[in-house]
Amino acid sequence: MAGFNKVVNSYEEALAGLEDNMTIIAGGFGLCGIPENLIAEIKRKGTNGLTVVSNNCGVDGFGLGILLPDRQIKKIVASYVGENAEFERQMMAGELEVELTPQGTLAEKMRAGGAGIPAFFTATGVGTAVADGKEERQFNGRDYIMEEAITGDFAIVKAWKADTYGNLVFRKTARNFNPIAATAGKITVVEVEEIVEPGELNPDEIHTPGIYVNRVILGTFEKRIEQRTIRPSATSSS
Amino acid sequence: MALSREQIAQRVAQELQDGYYVNLGIGIPTLVANFVPEGIEVMLQSENGLLGMGQFPTEQEIDADLINAGKQTVTMATGASLFDSAESFAMIRGGHVDLTVLGAFEVDVNGSIASYMIPGKLIKGMGGAMDLVAGADNIIVTMTHASKHGVSKLLSECSLPLTGRSCIKKVLTDLAFIEIKDGKFHLLERAPGVSVAEIEKLTAGELVIPEHVPEMTF
Repeated sequence: MAGFNKVVNSYEEALAGLEDNMTIIAGGFGLCGIPENLIAEIKRKGTNGLTVVSNNCGVDGFGLGILLPDRQIKKIVASYVGENAEFERQMMAGELEVELTPQGTLAEKMRAGGAGIPAFFTATGVGTAVADGKEERQFNGRDYIMEEAITGDFAIVKAWKADTYGNLVFRKTARNFNPIAATAGKITVVEVEEIVEPGELNPDEIHTPGIYVNRVILGTFEKRIEQRTIRPSATSSS
Repeated sequence: MALSREQIAQRVAQELQDGYYVNLGIGIPTLVANFVPEGIEVMLQSENGLLGMGQFPTEQEIDADLINAGKQTVTMATGASLFDSAESFAMIRGGHVDLTVLGAFEVDVNGSIASYMIPGKLIKGMGGAMDLVAGADNIIVTMTHASKHGVSKLLSECSLPLTGRSCIKKVLTDLAFIEIKDGKFHLLERAPGVSVAEIEKLTAGELVIPEHVPEMTF
């Protein structure tokens, strides 16, 4: 009896059931807070025909970018896809379907998907290409477009800590899309830096309750930095 | 003389008010943080999930889990808070951010803005820009007045795909500070040493020029 224990011990087990042509929702912003080992497992498994919903698509050779050379991604829903030469090539060649979605709309689509709200109205994108083919309505004299929620067959998430029940805590801006992605997967898989026993996390400080989480795995992370910007250390003062 | 990038940022910074929550876009807008006037406090919102962005880290402080919307490593200011992307855009869409500063390729007399895509050439995506222009009331666009080849970026109608329709009211270029209302550009200020005639020549959309156009002061 596993009870509420969500911990799995291998990446193979973590992504068991992931099949070709499924939709995956991925947390992360740029390379920050991405489920890097779960992505690597998808590459290893060779799953293809995937629809991936993620703010970005990694870079050449890291993050979701590693799924591009073997053409594992059929379609990507993202807000920003720069910084990736292979991505650009596939998009320009028509090999990869890209649905550019405003960042806030993408976040809200995941949130709504996880919350059982099928669609919502937003002013974002009114009068732009994003509005093409979408229902428009006025509320209080202002134009809005209808955006539909997104759910995934799988959500892949990176958190800082979990307890074995799948309660999650994120760290700094590595939180980003992760908590909302976690709500929107039929099967939500979370990789973390530390797993603790139930009761060790302060219930007031849990960001994502375990009810959203199906599997938890302990990983080690490279945490690659995209733009290393620094200021010189003060040399004279303490 | 046309304003430098730093001078554009410096002039924008004069629009900051004490207690403002501000979102700064990538490029020139980011530089505004360096010119916050003395005696006022502002808090910077970074749409990836940080309110109270601090300066860049030292080599010792670098943290891969702490970046800004431009994916640069940053630090947190005292009193900062962290949140997820839905919460971040609730702040933006809910109109809670007091001032948004962002760049653009083109702006037109109706306040429409094109900033994210050059078809066939540059397809990177809109990121949070469409949410920012739709959600904020107080927006300043910073850009050069014309291209290197002298082609105006202040148009009767944007030619590139729009980021937002009828949402921009203020534009600060390297030559002028311009307000958009009633379907026209209105010249508010000119860069020091730049003539009204020069600005007029490089403004393709209809430009209303008052009798006296003051020079910007720094």
